[in-house]
Amino acid sequence: MSKEVLSVKNLNMHYETLSGDVHAVKDVSFSVKEGESFGLVGESGCGKTSVAMSLLQLQADNAKISSGSIQLDGVELVGMNESELRKVRWDGISIVFQGAMNAWNPVVKVGEQIREAIREHYPEKSKAENTEKIESLFKMVGLDASVIDRFPHELSGGMKQRAIIALALSCDPKVVIADEPTTALDVVIQDQILKEIKKVQELLGLSLIYISHDIAVIAEMTNRMAVMYAGRVVESGPTAEIFANPRHSYTKALLESTPSVVGDRVKLNSLEGEPPSLIDEIPGCSFAPRCPNKTTTCKPELDMKLVEVGPEHYVDICSKESH
Amino acid sequence: MNENLEQDLQKQLRKEAIRRNWNLFRQSKLGMIGLYIVIFFLFLALLQPLLFVTGIWNKGVYDPVVGYEAIKDTFLVVECPKEYPTEKYESMKDCPGDGEINVKRLYLAPGVEVGDYYEAFIQPAPPSSRHLLGTDSLGRDVFSQIMEGSQVAFVLGFLSATLGVGISTILGTIAAFFGGRVDAYLMRQSDLILMLPSLPLLFIISAFAELKVWHLAIVLGVLGGLGGSVITIKSQALQVKVKPFVDSARITGGSRWRIMFSHVLPNVAPLALLFMVFSVTGAIASESVLSFLGLLNIDMSWGIMIYLSQTDGFIFSGLEFWWLILPAGLAVTLLAGGFYLVGRGLDDVFNPRLRKR
Amino acid sequence: MKKNVIEVTNLEKYYEVSGGFFSRKKDIVKAVDDISFEIPFGESLGLVGQSGCGKTTTARALCLLDPKTGGDVKFYNNETQDMENIDNLEDEELKKFRRNIQMIFQDPYESLNPRWTIKDIILEPLNIHNIGDLQDREEAVVEILKTVGLTPASNYLPRYPHELSGGQRQRVSIARTLIMKPKFVVCDEPTSMLDVSIRISIMDLMLNLAKDLEVSYLYITHDLAVARYMCNRIAVMFNGKIVEIAETEELLNNPIHPYTKRLISSIPVPDPSYDRKVYDVNYDELDAIIAKHGTDNPMVDMGNEHYIATHDVKGLI
Ligand SMILES: Nc1ncnc2c1ncn2[C@@H]1O[C@H](COP(=O)(O)OP(=O)(O)OP(=O)(O)O)[C@@H](O)[C@H]1O
Ligand SMILES: Nc1ncnc2c1ncn2[C@@H]1O[C@H](COP(=O)(O)OP(=O)(O)OP(=O)(O)O)[C@@H](O)[C@H]1O
Ligand SMILES: [Mg+2]
Ligand SMILES: [Mg+2]
Repeated sequence: MSKEVLSVKNLNMHYETLSGDVHAVKDVSFSVKEGESFGLVGESGCGKTSVAMSLLQLQADNAKISSGSIQLDGVELVGMNESELRKVRWDGISIVFQGAMNAWNPVVKVGEQIREAIREHYPEKSKAENTEKIESLFKMVGLDASVIDRFPHELSGGMKQRAIIALALSCDPKVVIADEPTTALDVVIQDQILKEIKKVQELLGLSLIYISHDIAVIAEMTNRMAVMYAGRVVESGPTAEIFANPRHSYTKALLESTPSVVGDRVKLNSLEGEPPSLIDEIPGCSFAPRCPNKTTTCKPELDMKLVEVGPEHYVDICSKESH
Repeated sequence: MNENLEQDLQKQLRKEAIRRNWNLFRQSKLGMIGLYIVIFFLFLALLQPLLFVTGIWNKGVYDPVVGYEAIKDTFLVVECPKEYPTEKYESMKDCPGDGEINVKRLYLAPGVEVGDYYEAFIQPAPPSSRHLLGTDSLGRDVFSQIMEGSQVAFVLGFLSATLGVGISTILGTIAAFFGGRVDAYLMRQSDLILMLPSLPLLFIISAFAELKVWHLAIVLGVLGGLGGSVITIKSQALQVKVKPFVDSARITGGSRWRIMFSHVLPNVAPLALLFMVFSVTGAIASESVLSFLGLLNIDMSWGIMIYLSQTDGFIFSGLEFWWLILPAGLAVTLLAGGFYLVGRGLDDVFNPRLRKR
Repeated sequence: MKKNVIEVTNLEKYYEVSGGFFSRKKDIVKAVDDISFEIPFGESLGLVGQSGCGKTTTARALCLLDPKTGGDVKFYNNETQDMENIDNLEDEELKKFRRNIQMIFQDPYESLNPRWTIKDIILEPLNIHNIGDLQDREEAVVEILKTVGLTPASNYLPRYPHELSGGQRQRVSIARTLIMKPKFVVCDEPTSMLDVSIRISIMDLMLNLAKDLEVSYLYITHDLAVARYMCNRIAVMFNGKIVEIAETEELLNNPIHPYTKRLISSIPVPDPSYDRKVYDVNYDELDAIIAKHGTDNPMVDMGNEHYIATHDVKGLI
């Protein structure tokens, strides 16, 4: 069994806002192993980006990590000071931000912006060395070397996104987080980018954390996954196992509501209601109000806990009975 | 039954919306400062008629225009040299006086001897408990004039802003909607008015006709309404015009006018309101400049107060007669600034850059 | 023989775009280039294709939002019981015609006027067409809200759009669309901005309404999996042209055109054990070939009402 690169334990994070605290990450635990691809799936607003930002300690100003630990290669990141963090970010753990392709500085050439990032971490490297590095990265993500001297507006959306991936890889990180790297892109382009990411990940032996709301993408991209709902991880485990044998009602609902182009044309099931507001503290099972298979043995008022139900397969306890 | 529920909910939602917007506004420190300033002057403006009606203030004494209060004081006549500096004194101020009685330094006039006691009216009189901000050179209460001035400022500001914003909203929306020649004409017109310096234009207008407050309000309103704000409102309306909900109304078969008035106008209204608040600032400032230059035919305003203190020669006398200049000057600056700040606060409500969720 | 609600023949929509800041030369973008299709009553046609292929342009031309450059659009006219060309309708007739066609937009946040209450939004079509008296209208609004699953109606009527969630807003859009009982509704990616768990309920709602009210949809999406769930037939669009059109399962099981194959093969499958086939074609070549041969020949029937464009794509297959 390969070793754990990143391990998150009981992470709690909230945003302080005018209308109250938004509990975006509640008691989240998971770990990512060397060279594996880990998926984080959940609906809009369930806290995926918040988890990603916490991993990099790049949360918004009004965000507070109230408890928990994040260890990268055994080094605790929570509570680290800014200068130490700067060292860890990008060459330890880097990220492709959600909507990042719109974050290029429009007046600086793409290559120069990547060079800048490398210089920050390896000031000793020469310009020629850096250029060589960027060229090899571009080749890896399927971009022509000439893109180095182009301005962002001269690139298509797909090209910009590839360049962003090259940027994330520029300092040879151990862990790369990809936060919905294909949302704004067309299906065909998405397909190409997904392949590119997969190829690079296998080639470099990276640990990848792939964040998406699309369970089909997670199915293709990851070995292990976690399902998030309302700030909590409700189920985690090997991707194949979760798809074959979903235990949490929310995971089941997600799987049953995703249309597919292959297989029989089946009637999909919808989920009633809306995700809860994260402002109110929800005691116990946050999915209970929408849960289609609530049973009498289901006690939503109980505290929730991830329980191992199979090899590395964890489920939030409340809906354990539903199998 | 159902209707009642609906109305209750409506009331509750409206209250909630007000509370939410108020909370957003309250977040803006500048906006709150501005609001306090505006409320303060509004209070002043309303207080004056109240004081007259209740008889706390006597019209004969406190009327800002025709009131008069004779304040007498006793002076000791001393002799001072005619020219300065002399060997002993740097300037007239150094010429000695008595600590207990006011000293009047006079060139000896016939019948007045050095050492005589002499009774005279003092005008302008410095602040006292009867006249919180003293009196002007005609013996009128300065505080009452300030109050009168805020009434003028509010009336002028409100009238000209409403008129101006009304005009520019309608024209801007029409320009956005009909495009083509109508648009081109309106845009050239506002370019022209933008290029015309408005103050000199007002000088010329005042040379032909006597300008009263409401004349000024109309002129300022029309100038503001035809000017640059048409362009801004138009660009906003253009953005609204291509929103899906407008398309949706078009598909349903809504007429142009219907779409313009019931879909586009309400959505440019917040921007227009913002303009309105900002243009109050301009109106108050313009009024005081014109009054200061003696170009307005009004009885009393902050500008007139400054104007009078200037024509009476007090404005350059340093701070000795501060109550003639400072209160009016401050009032103009504060209220104009206050409206501006309120505008900034409203801007945060209407266009929150980073609306907290 | 099925009765059609809409018949589109050789529809074209060209845009003129200036070729840059300094150039006076105008380029012509053929956003929709000679497409034809028809939709029978109660059926829905999916229009799929990648971004920028002209789906929205087609929709806007059908709804008379933008004037078309060429081609014919015919609608079924209830009174004459016949297909009718809508180009030369007079104002009053046009307004009457508009009762029959509606559109649902992609973005539930932008498609409702933020300054109107839900009640006013849904009432608007009735007000425009002056249908019934005030009480009838209010009753109709309550009724339609029930139909789209927003109950109790009194809880929603006085609200403003920003006080509703995305899914609720899209339900309001649907309610507004359906209150006129149109025969034909154009849906431009109505669920693509909604959450997965809400998406299906909106799609189911639309499917049920189609059945109950005999509404036909032109359902635009870039996601073939969604189109499969919603539509009887699917038309695949590429660079302004329809390259393949067939009954849904037929198209998915037996795609012929290389672009269709490419599109199908790029949809992720929610099954980790499924090994998605890679099918790659060279776009530029494909485009060049289609541009060369596309407009002259009509589409050919490959059997099973499966039509493909007849350009020479053999070299690419
Ligand atoms: N800076 C912030 N201040 C307050 N609340 C925030 C802030 N950032 C995010 N939130 C809230 O925290 C919750 C989780 O947000 P997050 O961005 O992590 O969700 P997500 O799962 O990434 O969603 P999406 O799929 O839309 O990207 C949401 O309810 C969001 O409104
Ligand atoms: N008003 C316009 N002026 C010029 N070109 C336009 C205009 N509207 C659309 N186009 C062009 O027409 C083509 C088709 O656009 P359209 O919006 O119909 O694509 P789409 O299939 O709806 O794409 P998407 O899936 O991204 O919504 C694009 O190349 C676009 O750039
Ligand atoms: Mg996110
Ligand atoms: Mg579109």
